[in-house]
Amino acid sequence: MPLLDVENLWVKFPSRQGVFDAVRGVSFTLGRERLGIVGESGSGKSMTGRAILRLIRPPGIVTADKISLEGDDLMLKSEKEMRAVRGQRISMVMQDPKFSLNPVMTIGDQIIEAYRLANKSSKSAARIKSIEMLEAVSIRNPERVMRAYPHEMSGGMGQRIMIAMMLIPNPDILIADEPTSALDVSVQRQVLDIIDKLVTERGMGLIFISHDLNLVADFCDRVLIMYAGRIVEVCDADKLRDAQHPYTRGLLNSLPRLDAPRDKLEVLKRDPAWSEAPSVSGRV
Amino acid sequence: MAQSQTWRAYLLTDTPTSRRHAKFSALYKGWLSFRGNTMAMVGLGILVLLGLIALAAPLLAPHDPFAQELGNRLQPLWAESHPLGTDSLGRDILSRLIYGSRITLYIVGLVALIAPITGLLVGTVAGYAGGWTDQVLMRITDIFLAFPRLVLALAFVAALGAGIENAVLAISLTAWPPYARIARAETLTIRSSDYISAIQLQGAGALRIITKHIWPLCISSLIVRVTLDMAGIILAAAGLGFLGLGAQPPSPEWGAMISEGRRFILDYWWVATVPGMAIFTVSLAFNLLGDGLRDVLDPKDAE
Amino acid sequence: MSMLSVENLSVWFGGGRDRVDAVKHASFSVGVGESFGIVGESGSGKSTILRAILGLTPDWSGAISVDDQPITKKRQKTFYKIVQMVFQDPYASLHPRHSVDQVLGETLYLHGFRDIDARVVQLLDDVGLGSKFRFRYPHQLSGGQRQRVAIARALAPEPKILLLDEPTSALDVSVQAEILNLLTDLRAEHNLTYAMVSHDLSVVGHMCENLAVMKDGEIVEIMGIDALRNNQPSHPYSKELLAASV
Repeated sequence: MPLLDVENLWVKFPSRQGVFDAVRGVSFTLGRERLGIVGESGSGKSMTGRAILRLIRPPGIVTADKISLEGDDLMLKSEKEMRAVRGQRISMVMQDPKFSLNPVMTIGDQIIEAYRLANKSSKSAARIKSIEMLEAVSIRNPERVMRAYPHEMSGGMGQRIMIAMMLIPNPDILIADEPTSALDVSVQRQVLDIIDKLVTERGMGLIFISHDLNLVADFCDRVLIMYAGRIVEVCDADKLRDAQHPYTRGLLNSLPRLDAPRDKLEVLKRDPAWSEAPSVSGRV
Repeated sequence: MAQSQTWRAYLLTDTPTSRRHAKFSALYKGWLSFRGNTMAMVGLGILVLLGLIALAAPLLAPHDPFAQELGNRLQPLWAESHPLGTDSLGRDILSRLIYGSRITLYIVGLVALIAPITGLLVGTVAGYAGGWTDQVLMRITDIFLAFPRLVLALAFVAALGAGIENAVLAISLTAWPPYARIARAETLTIRSSDYISAIQLQGAGALRIITKHIWPLCISSLIVRVTLDMAGIILAAAGLGFLGLGAQPPSPEWGAMISEGRRFILDYWWVATVPGMAIFTVSLAFNLLGDGLRDVLDPKDAE
Repeated sequence: MSMLSVENLSVWFGGGRDRVDAVKHASFSVGVGESFGIVGESGSGKSTILRAILGLTPDWSGAISVDDQPITKKRQKTFYKIVQMVFQDPYASLHPRHSVDQVLGETLYLHGFRDIDARVVQLLDDVGLGSKFRFRYPHQLSGGQRQRVAIARALAPEPKILLLDEPTSALDVSVQAEILNLLTDLRAEHNLTYAMVSHDLSVVGHMCENLAVMKDGEIVEIMGIDALRNNQPSHPYSKELLAASV
């Protein structure tokens, strides 16, 4: 049984000019693998991640035939039951740790809180576990970090702390929404290595959402390419260069490359047919 | 029907064809947004009604607000020809209420002009110039902020005599500092934006930047703040009237009416309560309007 | 005969114990019609150099000269007719209450042009937006469209040098390609000189002929584009940067 099975997911936002469909009929499965979801802004990739966790509030409307986590349909759960899922069975790491860590609490307090929400434990036991987790994300001075505040940390450290916090409850799935986009190039590699190590060690499923096609191809096993709310192509990461769909090819060709200099970059010609064609299924 | 359809399309378009078109389009969209807020529309409705009443006072008031009928004092509500009763000198309360609306609007209008504009000037100049100018202007602001309204009003009365204009002046002088602070805070945020840097790179001087770039952005929060302060201003004027420092008898200012009715509050409660309800309603209306305006004006800012 | 040259430039913020040296003794020179890249990570001081050239940072030392004229502490108005900047964040570089027409019109007015209507239409055509966009407000424009307006604004005074601060890093990949192509075209048509800051080596590799690599406020290496493409940087930090990007 796949870890996560999403079928026919739709996310709609009613507005004064009619209903806007952010995600249109997306279906995919996730095993204990790394799945990348790539798209530009407005493609619906972040909305898909949030919809899985039922984080989309009214007026947004989320419908799906099913979103099943190891057989358990998340669409049928109440808000209270979802709280036991979020953070504990599925976790999410977002783009900018500046905005996802609470600025007025010390890092230690936040990690301990995250741990105790998932496990019944005393404060001191939680503290020990938190320090272990910080060491697992390669933070060399965990004691000092526990006492510090988020604004004192650099981007890369903040993101590693976020990962520690999100993985401490030992979830089955990690959704990473542009986790390295706000980081410098050299730090990106470090953070990706840590995600790699932890996901492999724990046998988790990973959904990696990004706008960076090359990064995702490098890091993931399978890639879903989204455009205008639909999946336009599904392929194995190592076969990305042989992608068929004109949108994917267009994206690949419009990137400047050091090893293939050109005078002008190829400009993507958007074909309206791409957004009208039905969503390709990402189910295995 | 076809005509109104094309009007709507014209105003809701995404591609305006001239400056005027763009302005009207923006205003119309803002209006649609505001109209969706029921409470705010209620507030607006009450205020429009108030304006109409003030305008048509001579036509609406059944009696002369100053006509005394000592034989008809302290009539209760629903007395014949006096729906809201009469006060201690036999004057019709309803008529006094209607004419009093003019005074209320006068006070509110004057203060709404003087205080925010002064605050905007001081705040934006202080925020943009920084350094000594900022320090001096802000300390002046602090001094005015420290003045208790009533003490200042008393000082004015002592110096210039009691009267509604002096009351308005006293209120305005103590009302402008918060606007200066808001304007300054907004200016400090805006000042470091890229679009201000960009216009500085075109050689724009401080005057142009402050008036054309900073003021348009401050005005919406000032408007919201003014409407929310209106309630306080009416009450302040009423308070001064109550103390005899504002409108002088026989003027039908609502606060003065409450003051006159104070003596009879136990047996003839309506004399003080009716003008009190009027003040309450108008203040509430301004609050609702202010909330609605903030919802319309601010979210677009966050764009 | 350089269009832009910077010698021993140092820029700092604050004073005494709180002093932060954002740029330390930077020197480089850009020839007429050349496109020069400045790369580095965040905090390396690359954007600060551009701001210093424009006079947006008060504390600096060293020598800057534009079109072979040294510039003084206070910028003259004529300076802004020669040097203009395109900012990084298209969502922050346009005034939220001004329409495109107002933005361009005001710029033209301040630089002394009087045939404003004709020039506004021409500028919008030059950057690939039609007159359809003339009266729109920024919130009615996409990121790429806003950046085109920002480029139009920079071109309005007919400058010789354009300073570009990460012009495409806030944009989608497909939009980036359009904007980079636009910049390439404009440079050829108007014989402009570019100084472009970026953290993305492949963008710099595409757009520039020479580049400077910065780390912690210092220029560690200046190299030609071929050295970058053939993977032959000299300084160890440049090698690291290149390795991390591919």
